[in-house]
Amino acid sequence: MNKDGELEIIRKRQRERARIFGWLLGAFVVLIFFITIAKTGMNW
Amino acid sequence: MPAAELTNPAALPADWRDILALTKPRVMSLVVFSGLCGLLVAPLVLPVVLGFTAILCIALGAGACGALNQWYEADIDAKMRRTSKRPLPAGRMDRQSALHFGVGLAFFSVLLMGLATNWLAAALLASSILFYVVVYTIWLKPRTAQNIVIGGAAGAFPPLIGWVAATGHVAALPLLLFAIIFLWTPPHFWALSLFVRSDYAAAGIPMLPVVAGISNTRRQIFLYSLVMTAAALAPWLLGLSGPVYGASAAVLSFVFVVLAARVLGNRATEPAQMGPEKKLFAYSVFYLFALFTVLVADRWLAS
Repeated sequence: MNKDGELEIIRKRQRERARIFGWLLGAFVVLIFFITIAKTGMNW
Repeated sequence: MPAAELTNPAALPADWRDILALTKPRVMSLVVFSGLCGLLVAPLVLPVVLGFTAILCIALGAGACGALNQWYEADIDAKMRRTSKRPLPAGRMDRQSALHFGVGLAFFSVLLMGLATNWLAAALLASSILFYVVVYTIWLKPRTAQNIVIGGAAGAFPPLIGWVAATGHVAALPLLLFAIIFLWTPPHFWALSLFVRSDYAAAGIPMLPVVAGISNTRRQIFLYSLVMTAAALAPWLLGLSGPVYGASAAVLSFVFVVLAARVLGNRATEPAQMGPEKKLFAYSVFYLFALFTVLVADRWLAS
């Protein structure tokens, strides 16, 4: 396999991981928001 | 272009499927289920989002255990047919990444549990992760045939954590759920280790069938199934659950003991002839799911 082929695989994986971690981070922010709402409602 | 064609696949950024495999998703499902049952049988009802977060944290903690276990046991996994295709022994990921991922996930799950529910639940989650990684994986597993007996405590934590996340304190029922899983673990794993014992022997892991022999292991499986039955009936005998649970636990445990008795009566030494052991292993998974489901149903019927 040539250098360009290897670089293409590395970039593809980096893009895939960046997309997944982006979604996870977004979901985490939403979760923290709802946790805050729930805890405020419970007066904890 | 498959990564396997590369000169050094471990040098690549890990594929997300390999990161997921590092968390042992199948093991995680039983952990999540038992944690959810602990949460659902608790007398206090958490807001849905906090209950979801508690279960998520238990799942992430279990994932951290899986990753750290695979990080530490990469060399052993490479020697066993059952585990040789995992990301680290197969060379699809480097060990350092697995370590960083596992430690990061462990800290994240404990911190989130503490912030979302309470710090006692977070402390129990941290203890279960440390127990699984340090006491079981690093200390007991390579040293003693009793590894699974003591190490079983790590897998018994989730219902206790689920209960404490909801109530903020420890009580008798979640401790009994802890005891049920603790006593269920040896017959479950020893049934498996009987028909894959050559793998354990090749890897140098002192599982009971390798160290104490096959017939001794079968005797231990039967004895543990009797003690486990007593623990399974205890919530009903102590008045902590209703007759629906009591009757179901009696029937489910009776079948467990019958299957364990068949294992005890089996004289085969070849894995191909270990039908009773394979049946007991499969049934043991169903048993725990069914027992905990009935307990939750019983509590809800009573309320």
